[in-house]
Amino acid sequence: MTRHVVVVGAGPAGLGAAAAALRAGARVTLVDSAEHPGGQYHRMLPDAYRAARPGRLHHGWDAFDRLRRRVTGHPRCAWWPETSVWMLERSAPGEPRPPRVHVLRGPADGSGRERRVLEPEALVLAPGAHDRALPFPGWDLPGVFTAGAAQALAKGERVVVGDRVVVGGAGPFLLPVAASLLEAGASVAEVLEAGTAAAVARGWGRRPWELASQAGKAGELAGYAALLARHRVPYRTGRAVIEARGDGRVEEAVTARLRADWSVVPGTERTVTADAVCVTHGFSPQLELPVAAGCALRAGATPEEPFVEVDADQLTTAPGVYAAGEVTGIAGAPAARAEGLLAGWLAGGGAPSAPELRRLRARRDQGRAFAARLAAAHPVGAAWPGWLRPGTVVCRCEETDYAALCRAADDAAGGAAARAVKLGTRAGLGPCQARICGPTVAELLRRRAAGAPGRPAEGLAPATPHHRPVAQPIRLGELAEPPRESE
Amino acid sequence: MSPRLVPASADAAGRRPDVPLRITVDGVPYNGAAGQTIAGVLLAAGRRSWRNGPSGAPRGVFCGIGACFDCLVTVNGDRDVRACRRRAADGDAVTTQSRAADSADPAGTDGGER
Repeated sequence: MTRHVVVVGAGPAGLGAAAAALRAGARVTLVDSAEHPGGQYHRMLPDAYRAARPGRLHHGWDAFDRLRRRVTGHPRCAWWPETSVWMLERSAPGEPRPPRVHVLRGPADGSGRERRVLEPEALVLAPGAHDRALPFPGWDLPGVFTAGAAQALAKGERVVVGDRVVVGGAGPFLLPVAASLLEAGASVAEVLEAGTAAAVARGWGRRPWELASQAGKAGELAGYAALLARHRVPYRTGRAVIEARGDGRVEEAVTARLRADWSVVPGTERTVTADAVCVTHGFSPQLELPVAAGCALRAGATPEEPFVEVDADQLTTAPGVYAAGEVTGIAGAPAARAEGLLAGWLAGGGAPSAPELRRLRARRDQGRAFAARLAAAHPVGAAWPGWLRPGTVVCRCEETDYAALCRAADDAAGGAAARAVKLGTRAGLGPCQARICGPTVAELLRRRAAGAPGRPAEGLAPATPHHRPVAQPIRLGELAEPPRESE
Repeated sequence: MSPRLVPASADAAGRRPDVPLRITVDGVPYNGAAGQTIAGVLLAAGRRSWRNGPSGAPRGVFCGIGACFDCLVTVNGDRDVRACRRRAADGDAVTTQSRAADSADPAGTDGGER
């Protein structure tokens, strides 16, 4: 019988995985919560826009367009758009099978979506990442967006988030976001990279051979830089948005010069008029599905920012479960695609000795080196909590402020701090289930515990903000309906 | 100064003229284009917030890709729909949600979004 591979996520990694698994002869079910493949990188316009030249908004559009048509039109591929994986059900201990995949098919968060259960021989998880946004006073004002939101709205539905926008945070993603805003007709007041010029130059300048493999990426970034220059948009390093102000919405941003540890240099504050502020300080991989599948995580730059551990074959520590793309490290679309192709081929039962794998593995290894390099060039500075005031909201859902978190952390016994703080302040218990504040709260508690005399940091329970057994909301009515027969 | 939809006539992506649609939010009509999300319709109409947090603080779009749940609305009676992920359909009756204790939202203060 033909091997059945389920691929979760149809971005660069997932689409690559589906293509390679099909090539290896497998039957593939490709699921994604969006209506079209592409993920965030190749987020497509809605069909209703009837766009004649969608490629104008994208890099590498033609290759992507060919690939997605080939995959979604393949006779052995079931393409399931608007499909949310809400639960992974692990097999019995000792049974070396990947988990059963429980999905809901239908409009986002709708009622009466169709419940289905998939029983794959191999599972490829490629759910991607979302922006990590650090809190600062006013970050909860309407008009403050993540950089990803600004890009998704501009690329995905041609809505531009403001007239005069400040883009700030850390990492090369600031550039395509600014470019998307300019393309859509906004004026970008400035682009602020929190990393100091020396840190960024050190990160990007050394070991240039590692960049060679990412030539496409480097060219893309150079294009964005040229666009910024053409529009006379200042790109400043060592500077950040430390406050957003306004009456019910953003009217101005306060920026300041930062030291290498992201502490504010006093007296360097400037006020910039803006109707939108877009921030990104890195990426949070979407870890709930890998965690539910039983995949071990490996430490990232900090204990709060782990990634999925994979071996040389993209296999996780869970039987039959592969991971590809941003959940294994942040390295951009080309690296994600290489990981996906490798994972899909092997998940699909393709020969591990196939000659083309050598090239693929090399590309994947270069991608990993690039990820390490990006992480080193754009680390989150340890002193960023200095931006916070006692009343600054840290958990957006529950509006838990910094003072309440500190109080709860100080009151709690070291080992039980994470749980006690959660229950005492509700931080992380709101609708987003700690997707946004989880790493931040864990980091603040760790720093608090480490700084408190007589309270050993090793007594702190490991931060596990990624445990979400119900991975996506399901309505009680939907839960009450039995799923359609497994396949 | 406000968010807006790139006009179809000026869109580098070569969009055909918009197919208009109309939704209501708490009974007030909003005009949009077929293909927009509910969040997109509201933003392009200049509305930045439509939900209230526990203190009553206004919320709208933050992450834009379904992770933050800031933008939740009720659509045709279904609570807790992420406005950034749901395509607007002509005639959708959207109502706003609030978690503030003094809100008129019947399910807002207890259990509605937990």
